[in-house]
Amino acid sequence: MVDVAPQASPDRLSRSALFNGFFIAGLSGFGGVLPFARRIIVERKRWLTDAEFADLFSLCQFLPGPNIVNLAAAFGARHRGASGALAAMGGLLAAPVTIVILLGLLFERYGRLPDVHHGLEGLAAAAAGLILATALKIAAPSLRGPTTLAVVILAFTLFAVLHLRLPIVIALSLPVSLVLAARRIR
Amino acid sequence: MILLAIVLLFAELSLLAIGGVASTLPAMARAVVARHWLTAPQFAALFGVAQASPGPNMLISTLIGLHVAGLPGALLATLAMVGPSSTLTVLVSGLWHRFREARWRRIVQAAITPITGGMVLAAAAFLLRTADHDWRLMIVSGSVTILTLRTRIHPLLLLAGGAVIGVAGLA
Repeated sequence: MVDVAPQASPDRLSRSALFNGFFIAGLSGFGGVLPFARRIIVERKRWLTDAEFADLFSLCQFLPGPNIVNLAAAFGARHRGASGALAAMGGLLAAPVTIVILLGLLFERYGRLPDVHHGLEGLAAAAAGLILATALKIAAPSLRGPTTLAVVILAFTLFAVLHLRLPIVIALSLPVSLVLAARRIR
Repeated sequence: MILLAIVLLFAELSLLAIGGVASTLPAMARAVVARHWLTAPQFAALFGVAQASPGPNMLISTLIGLHVAGLPGALLATLAMVGPSSTLTVLVSGLWHRFREARWRRIVQAAITPITGGMVLAAAAFLLRTADHDWRLMIVSGSVTILTLRTRIHPLLLLAGGAVIGVAGLA
């Protein structure tokens, strides 16, 4: 009876492996961590296949919150439960949070200097352009079908034109989108 | 009590961030401006700083926390932004995997995608309106959008370019 079934399969990652893998992803991701996380998890470490990664990511897109942090949490939890989730999230966020706090302290200290102020205006404009590009990439598949396009326009109008609150936008557009999707998907 | 207000705001946004943090940016900006924590242009500038840092764009919450209540504010805002949603994700992920072939799952997934699209576009429109109060800044935004979609230039270079043009062209 000594021969207890081994708990750790080669597929069960250690907390430090989870921390380290997501640490590298967090540090390399500018303007979106997802491509870097995918490269590390699927291509370099072979922790998941492409299809498994896509499946996990679809969950994180469906649920609220920062997608990539959710992905780290779900992936970490699959391997080591709650402590694995914390290890993966901690790895992902440790370096970026430290760096952004340092940048934030510089902002608080020097943000009002005229040159810095103008530089920040340029930076903010560039960041807004970056987000528009990301938004277009995210929305592109939905702009092609007439029913999904209608939902895009509906959500955009409720939120950006009518300035309704976020929960109300979701409460109004989700039922419409669900009905339309149910008619499309057999 | 300001710390409690920070936690409540970002915990709420965490659970409302359908499709990612970007879709909550207008709501986040509205909330922080209404509470007099930041002005709208300050929000746009802080978002630029968050984008110039590696990591997910939820770091805007860290910066708002820092601005309002120093280091404790930064850490609590970050935890509040990731805590509720990641807990929910861990709880649901087993179910999601089990029902991967189910029709309802495909319907829900297909229904969420266009809503996300509309909300992220709304967030982009909001940020453009806030950041671009000058035609030169509009050109910066437009160029970054086109360069991001058409080339493989590193986003950090584009952000740095925007900052340099800001200093050179508007000073």
